Amino acid sequence: MNTTREQKTALEKVKKRGTFLKNLELLTLCIPALVGYILFAYVPMFGLVMAFKDYKLARGIWGSKWIGLKNFEFLWRSVDLGRIVRNTVCYSLTFIVVGLVLNVFIALLLNEIRDNRRALKYYQTTMIFPNFLSWVIVGYITYALFNPTLGILTQIRSALGMTPIDVYMDTKYWPGILVTVNMWKGVGMGSMFYFAALIGIDESLYEAARIDGANRLQQIRYISLPSLIPLMTIMSILAMGSVFRGDFGLFYQIPRDVKVLYEVTDIIDTYVFRGLQTNSYGMASAVGFVQSVVGLIMVTGTNAIVKRISPENSMF
Amino acid sequence: MNNKRKIKMSKAVIHLFFCLFSLLYVLPLLLIVSISFSTEESVTGPGAGYHLIPTEFSLEAYDMAIKSPDQMLRAYLITASQAVIGTFGACLFTGMIAYPLSRSSFAFRKPITFIVFFTMLFGGGLIPTYIIYSNVYNLNNNYWVYILPGLCGGAWNTLVIRTFFKGLPEALFESAKIDGAREMRIFIQIALPLSTPVFATIGFLMLVAKWNDWHTSLVYIRDQDLYTLQYMLQKILNEARFLRDLAASGAANQITAVQTMKLPMETMRYAMCVLAAGPMLVIFPLFQKYFASGLTIGAVKG
Repeated sequence: MNTTREQKTALEKVKKRGTFLKNLELLTLCIPALVGYILFAYVPMFGLVMAFKDYKLARGIWGSKWIGLKNFEFLWRSVDLGRIVRNTVCYSLTFIVVGLVLNVFIALLLNEIRDNRRALKYYQTTMIFPNFLSWVIVGYITYALFNPTLGILTQIRSALGMTPIDVYMDTKYWPGILVTVNMWKGVGMGSMFYFAALIGIDESLYEAARIDGANRLQQIRYISLPSLIPLMTIMSILAMGSVFRGDFGLFYQIPRDVKVLYEVTDIIDTYVFRGLQTNSYGMASAVGFVQSVVGLIMVTGTNAIVKRISPENSMF
Repeated sequence: MNNKRKIKMSKAVIHLFFCLFSLLYVLPLLLIVSISFSTEESVTGPGAGYHLIPTEFSLEAYDMAIKSPDQMLRAYLITASQAVIGTFGACLFTGMIAYPLSRSSFAFRKPITFIVFFTMLFGGGLIPTYIIYSNVYNLNNNYWVYILPGLCGGAWNTLVIRTFFKGLPEALFESAKIDGAREMRIFIQIALPLSTPVFATIGFLMLVAKWNDWHTSLVYIRDQDLYTLQYMLQKILNEARFLRDLAASGAANQITAVQTMKLPMETMRYAMCVLAAGPMLVIFPLFQKYFASGLTIGAVKG
């Protein structure tokens, strides 16, 4: 009796030591990355307090004076605020809507010709490659098109007997250019998700529809499109989570940071960057703070909505 | 019969559409390549301009780009080295943290997953991050700024690799454990070798992101010798435009003329562009086969 109990506790001790060792081993594997996250992601989060301070380089973040909400007051009164918020949100929403329509459209068309594999691969590869180009290179391409003296646009216009225009001096062209360029770069990847979903549709559904006399268009209308709707909903809602964030590369590299165009090209991210460049940290850190906090609320909010609709698509 | 013909017709229309649509992708690329292979005169001379087909073919732009200032060579070295070191390190560390997070028996799985995942939701933003990196870590104007912050690999990549590990057959781990293998050994000898597709995919995406990085240079680097290729390209284009505007305004004609002389030629800029974008487009097909198996992980859940 006694011996078995002793044996049992001894065994348990060994087991405990075993799990302890195992956990220790696994924890060791985590440490390098964890240190990285703490140093390079979490410590900067504490830096957000500078939005409430009068930051002076010599004093550092902790030593600078607290000034309460002064930075936010300045921001609130600034004429830039309305502009950058409007631009950020409007472009984000446009990208969501136009992107959705375009991606689904391309995916549906690709699905119609998917039996021709070589053509399919060619179309997909050409559409995807801009995804692997930096915004700098895309900036070069747009500049080659719009360069007022040498550009393709100027050549076409002069061939048609029109005077050259400098799009870098005129705001009216930019909403169109930015949306087009962004769609051009993103549609290859964007349509891939929908195309993958279309491939997953059970072929027997189409067969049944064909027997019932449905033509191709009707099959798209009543089978393909409806089966994409859950994915469309999820992608859009998730995109709504980052509606206060813009792609810095797009808005900085394509309009080439030209002042004349700020009215329609300046977004929160480019504004914050200029604050950094000109060492005017006050308002920029205030708007950065708001962007971070609003971003957190938006993402968790949209995720909660997704969780309601389709739990398997929520992020957490 | 009629119906079949209709389908054939509509397919032809779709193919026609995609042929035209793909021109939107091929032509701009062709334009860049064409400018880079043109003589400077045929591009900038009077009445000339950019052309889709070089009117006068020449390799001088490449000759200049490679020979001229060793700025180009240095930028190449900086870019390639930080991309390779950074990607390799990040893959290693991401794999190392993703493995424990995939083991349901790991005691600290939940809190550590949260620590990783939360960085996807919230961050310090540009300015606080800049100030901490440069004033506390002294990464301003420092080569290591390209490498250190990215070593943890990022939340999304970690979750993708973790999900991949989770999908590996549990029986493998069990039998290894019965044979007395420690977790470290299971990770190195079983989990890693089976995970080529996911590491190829994630590694390629990381490599592209790092190769294309201009943002880090823009924010942290002032020293010309430490610029990445992409940032150097951007700088050159901006300077050229700035000088052109100055010349157009008629101010300081003499100085501008002198400075314009020193600038890389129009064609050379595009040659550099091709040299900068080329490598990633060339290695893309090598990784394409892994994309399907590596990225069909879809559900990235906590």
